[in-house]
Amino acid sequence: MLRRRVIPCLDVADGRVVKGTRFVDLVDEGDPPELAARYAAEGADELVFLDITAAPERRGTLLEVVERTARRAFIPLTVGGGVRTVADMRDVLRAGADKVSLNTAAVADPTLISRCAARFGRQAVVVAIDALRRPSRSPADPPTWEVVVKGGREATGQDVLAWVDRAVDLGAGELLVTAIDRDGTGQGFDTELLRAITSRVHVPVIASGGAAGPDDFVRAVVEGGADAVLAASIFHRRIHAIAEVKAAMAAAGLPVRLVAETVA
Amino acid sequence: MNRAPRIAVIDYGAGNLVSIEQALTSVGAQVSFVHDGEGLAGTDAVVVPGVGASAPAMDRLDQQGLTEPLRAWLAADRPFLGICLGMQLLFDASEEDGASTLGAIAGTSTRLVGAPTLPHIGWNQVVRRRSHPVFDGIADGADFYFVHSYAGVPRTQDPADAGRPANDVTLATTTHGGMFTSAVNRGSLIGVQFHPERSGADGLRLLGNFVDLVRAA
Repeated sequence: MLRRRVIPCLDVADGRVVKGTRFVDLVDEGDPPELAARYAAEGADELVFLDITAAPERRGTLLEVVERTARRAFIPLTVGGGVRTVADMRDVLRAGADKVSLNTAAVADPTLISRCAARFGRQAVVVAIDALRRPSRSPADPPTWEVVVKGGREATGQDVLAWVDRAVDLGAGELLVTAIDRDGTGQGFDTELLRAITSRVHVPVIASGGAAGPDDFVRAVVEGGADAVLAASIFHRRIHAIAEVKAAMAAAGLPVRLVAETVA
Repeated sequence: MNRAPRIAVIDYGAGNLVSIEQALTSVGAQVSFVHDGEGLAGTDAVVVPGVGASAPAMDRLDQQGLTEPLRAWLAADRPFLGICLGMQLLFDASEEDGASTLGAIAGTSTRLVGAPTLPHIGWNQVVRRRSHPVFDGIADGADFYFVHSYAGVPRTQDPADAGRPANDVTLATTTHGGMFTSAVNRGSLIGVQFHPERSGADGLRLLGNFVDLVRAA
């Protein structure tokens, strides 16, 4: 039986893991391969690196970090942030990533999805979608969400569900869906958003944005239909361990991969 | 042999070769990346990794002059491990794009049947259909990491078994909606649909077992 995955996300800037409130007040949190190995030992099913390096000329640092991570942690690695061309994707895969996530660049030029999928297979193409819930005109209206880009700072006017359909048609092999209005709030995942997406596509959906406790992960899967759940700060700050999240999921009857904890 | 087994990892295009190199090295192999048929000289085993579609992969093997040397290697029953697409290429053909593949195992690669999600991405259980030393020390039903939409369906010898994934070459099966063959073996040939280089401790154990088999060959 296919396991529901728990995925820690690491923000990486200039080759270091950082944390802050979405790109501001960044604090150095250490060497990415070290943290990656720790999470792998603690039972992470996959890892996501989100490169938030501001200066394009320092992107080479990311490739070196990806390679050192691939040599330390024998679990899958997805790299997002700053991939704008097929050549960028090739470089990241050659450095040791298994998947690449496309976000702003895919919204600007959706053919990037089909070109990357044609070259590397759709299983390597994750489309990351940042969704902002729109205010409802009346409580009876079904909720709608708008695609936002550039880390949530720029609205596109595009409907999330329409973009989901288009991205999958073009070759997205997986969707990483972040409820940007929940991100960092600890209000829990937006299960309505997740259900709206998982009920219309067959590709796996990774839930992101808003996790506070283990029960939120359970709800993302049970109510939202998510195949995987992703979080950053609650793992980095050791508020909850990956094992705790998996134990809650297992107790709710969800299939998870349980790993005997070893010291990294 | 007393020395580290020399393993040729076939490099036929972009993709993550770092993890397979690191994983094989960490279990005692001496790894080289091979780009052409001459590169196979002096190696003890061949590993064909890869993800994606069969037709572009076969095109690249053809362009690099690797198709016939690989067929000869397989015909001579020398140690071989195909991973993911590298397992699918062992079959006669792929239904995905009609590609004619290496033909070492009778059968065709087809889209997973009844899958609730596609691609099949994530950790899933690998259930043994018969014993083989490549799985030594690994629990039956252990989780391995998959990322694919197609899988090889061995053509069964017995017409009564038609449509069932398990037959004489099937080492293990996995269920995602329908059941499919997730590992094959015949002689010195092994194919796995999952990624041992990305499957944590059990993945490394499987690769270590493969290296031990090469050492003993």
